[in-house]
Amino acid sequence: MYKIIEKKILSQGVNQLVIDAPLVAKKAQPGEFIILRVNENGERVPLTIADFDREKGTITIIFQEVGNSTRLLGELEVGEGVADFVGPLGHPTQIEKMGKIVCVGGGIGVAPIFPIARGMHQAGNQVVSIIGARNRELVILEDDMREVSDELTITTDDGSHGRKGLVTDVLKELLEDDEPIAEVIAIGPVVMMRAVAETTRPYGVKTIVSLNPIMVDGTGMCGGCRVAVGDKTKFACVDGPEFDGHKVDFASLMARQRMYVEQEKQASTEGGKCQCHCQK
Amino acid sequence: MPLSKVRQPMPEQCPNERRRNFSEVATGYPAETALIEANRCLQCKTAPCRTGCPVEVDIPAFIQLIRSEKYEQAAQKIKEKSSLPAVCGRVCPQEAQCESHCVLNKKGAAVAIGRLERFVADYERNQGTTKLPTIEAGNKKVAVVGAGPAGLTAAGDLALAGYKVVIFEALHKAGGVLVYGIPEFRLPKDIVAAEVEYVKKLGVEIITNVVIGKTLTVEDLFAQGFEAVFIGSGAGAPQFMNIPGENYNGVYSANEFLTRVNLMKGYDFPNQHTPVWLGKNVAIVGGGNVAMDAARTSMRLGAEHVWLVYRRSEEEMPARREEIEHAKEEGIELALLTNPLAVQGNDKGWVSGLECVKMQLGEADASGRRRPVEVAGSNFVLPADTVIIAIGNTPNPLIPQTTPGLVVTKKGTITVDDNGLTTREGVYAGGDIVTGAATVISAMGAGKRAAKAINEYLAEK
Ligand SMILES: Cc1cc2nc3c(=O)[nH]c(=O)nc-3n(C[C@H](O)[C@H](O)[C@H](O)COP(=O)(O)OP(=O)(O)OC[C@H]3O[C@@H](n4cnc5c(N)ncnc54)[C@H](O)[C@@H]3O)c2cc1C
Ligand SMILES: Cc1cc2nc3c(=O)[nH]c(=O)nc-3n(C[C@H](O)[C@H](O)[C@H](O)COP(=O)(O)OP(=O)(O)OC[C@H]3O[C@@H](n4cnc5c(N)ncnc54)[C@H](O)[C@@H]3O)c2cc1C
Ligand code: SF4
Ligand code: FES
Repeated sequence: MYKIIEKKILSQGVNQLVIDAPLVAKKAQPGEFIILRVNENGERVPLTIADFDREKGTITIIFQEVGNSTRLLGELEVGEGVADFVGPLGHPTQIEKMGKIVCVGGGIGVAPIFPIARGMHQAGNQVVSIIGARNRELVILEDDMREVSDELTITTDDGSHGRKGLVTDVLKELLEDDEPIAEVIAIGPVVMMRAVAETTRPYGVKTIVSLNPIMVDGTGMCGGCRVAVGDKTKFACVDGPEFDGHKVDFASLMARQRMYVEQEKQASTEGGKCQCHCQK
Repeated sequence: MPLSKVRQPMPEQCPNERRRNFSEVATGYPAETALIEANRCLQCKTAPCRTGCPVEVDIPAFIQLIRSEKYEQAAQKIKEKSSLPAVCGRVCPQEAQCESHCVLNKKGAAVAIGRLERFVADYERNQGTTKLPTIEAGNKKVAVVGAGPAGLTAAGDLALAGYKVVIFEALHKAGGVLVYGIPEFRLPKDIVAAEVEYVKKLGVEIITNVVIGKTLTVEDLFAQGFEAVFIGSGAGAPQFMNIPGENYNGVYSANEFLTRVNLMKGYDFPNQHTPVWLGKNVAIVGGGNVAMDAARTSMRLGAEHVWLVYRRSEEEMPARREEIEHAKEEGIELALLTNPLAVQGNDKGWVSGLECVKMQLGEADASGRRRPVEVAGSNFVLPADTVIIAIGNTPNPLIPQTTPGLVVTKKGTITVDDNGLTTREGVYAGGDIVTGAATVISAMGAGKRAAKAINEYLAEK
């Protein structure tokens, strides 16, 4: 069992867990992910590494409760644990000194962008961050992001915090600026990542996105996580999860993510309930 | 005991029932049948059957023990060479191995060696009296990567030789293809679990959730005091056809489909949390054991039509004869001499059909098989709503990529010498990662040879 050391509720339905996993913590780098199973009947759920502490041997994950598995995960308390926890998986983000880097995080995507922004900052880059959310309650990691960014802009759809509008509005202004941008990194909902890629495309600015297709094993064995990038089929778990946003076929990614929507609804009503009773 | 000229048939579940359940298809010989079959063996002094066995099980000897009704000793006899008899007795292609060498082939049909092996292994397990050999434990440590047949075998042999052995497995469960690929109706998972348990009882430690090349590297293993490493990481990467429409929803690799069903028990969703989606009309592309497993699994999950799309004719199918027969009995339709060209989809991104073209057999190619060529203008569409691609797997690249000094071939398999030694001192490899997708027993054979070589290497060191 992999024990939960700390738990924090960041916003409605968004939890942060610090989990004891020394082997993973030893190797973890920004951009990588883990796969966990909540219990013996669990799905293999991929989650990005939001932070790591090599000395304490812990990994931080931040997740949104969207369905059965993430809800069960959210019900766990400090002292309890998950059945399996494997990683780090995927390629780490390429972090080097490049100049001005724009980090765009949407919603829960701020969690994975945080260690990247920090890494980029430590590597001597000028880090400009934009974090977006639907409303004030859903903004996470604001202070952490401010600490590792030279500039930070917050946008909310309803204007309840920061600027009213979309992350791409701010991004567009930055692109219009004279100062050259070395790279844009965007993590968040697929629609947001696509919008970011479309915004930067005319400017020819390199844009990295982190894709989250449905996964099973995370080691290149099932082919379920395949995404079309350029003319090639790639496996997000071993070839990614980061790809050149200008080459990703977002439409097919979105369709594939919806593969199990109907069944997941069923799980949340039937299996979900059953699970809770069985466990308590 | 009466001498019988005919090979004793295997009792099986009736096709109409079994096509909708996951219980084992073949139910196993009762003792009387096993005795009749064992008595057919001529106990040849030269034992040609043995030469056809990749791990050289003393076949006449174990059959002789059955004849004396010493079933447990018979199981022990096999275990001198093979640690997974209940598995081999079920899934080994005996007809192409030991049984193909049996002298009785000339007089009709070979002794059913595989069925006898299965009988004694099941007998021993059901008695619950599995004996453990006494082991003199040393203090040298050996690491094994992957808990498939190759890794489990190497680990078992090394433990018997007195090493402290740790297996590192990427998934949450040990067994490799035996747990995530081969379905329950051919190989019940509690049998795999029992065999894994046996390897553990020999003192082998199995640590799951460790991906070598990511969580730990081969380098790290040496740094932790392991003096040799055996890599048995298999051929897990699925191949696709690179035809249009392959990313539509409803197109699976056989690996994903079978993993969802076998390892994650998707058929029991939502009690088990991993869903598996399957339509009514399923097209499987391929003609090997993997394709048969995917087809028969689809039928059991309730498909109305299951087509097996294969570009050559039935004779060329690489699957075991028995599996093809079983599949046909269960209602799988063979679409032979048929090659897929494109997956068609609807506007929501889901599969709506598989466009194919008819083929005919031309000249023989390098493999000696007649090469299929397209029949111009014979295109047609199979009304499939699910497509499962089972055209082969390639070696998993993670370890070669992260282990300096390891030479790989163009196909991505690890280069080794006859003993399984790689191009790096102390690192051995075997099974599908060396041969490409092959068989359970050849992977076990490789595990055994490597264990022997590692033992010699460490004894001298
Ligand atoms: C590499 C990677 C990193 C990820 N990192 C994070 C993270 O840091 N924080 C976080 O909250 N989420 C992350 N996700 C998404 C997370 O894995 C899914 O939200 C989770 O699997 C949903 O599980 P569930 O059973 O609770 O929901 P389900 O009931 O399975 O699904 C609910 C909804 O989510 C969709 N869905 C299912 N699996 C995925 C998936 N893998 N990606 C996207 N949508 C999915 C379903 O189609 C459905 O619409 C990541 C995904 C990947 C592949
Ligand atoms: C569906 C299907 C049906 C088959 N039917 C038959 C049959 O009827 N008869 C027959 O003889 N053969 C059959 N085979 C082939 C047979 O299963 C394989 O040849 C055999 O399992 C190979 O054994 P292995 O130990 O080399 O690899 P595997 O069984 O593939 O085991 C490799 C193990 O290593 C683990 N691993 C991989 N990478 C890493 C890593 N980096 N770190 C840690 N662990 C890792 C994997 O998770 C896996 O558990 C079938 C195969 C499939 C897919
Ligand atoms: S070759 Fe056939 S008959 Fe001869 S010993 Fe082997 S199994 Fe018996
Ligand atoms: S998750 Fe299975 S190949 Fe990527």
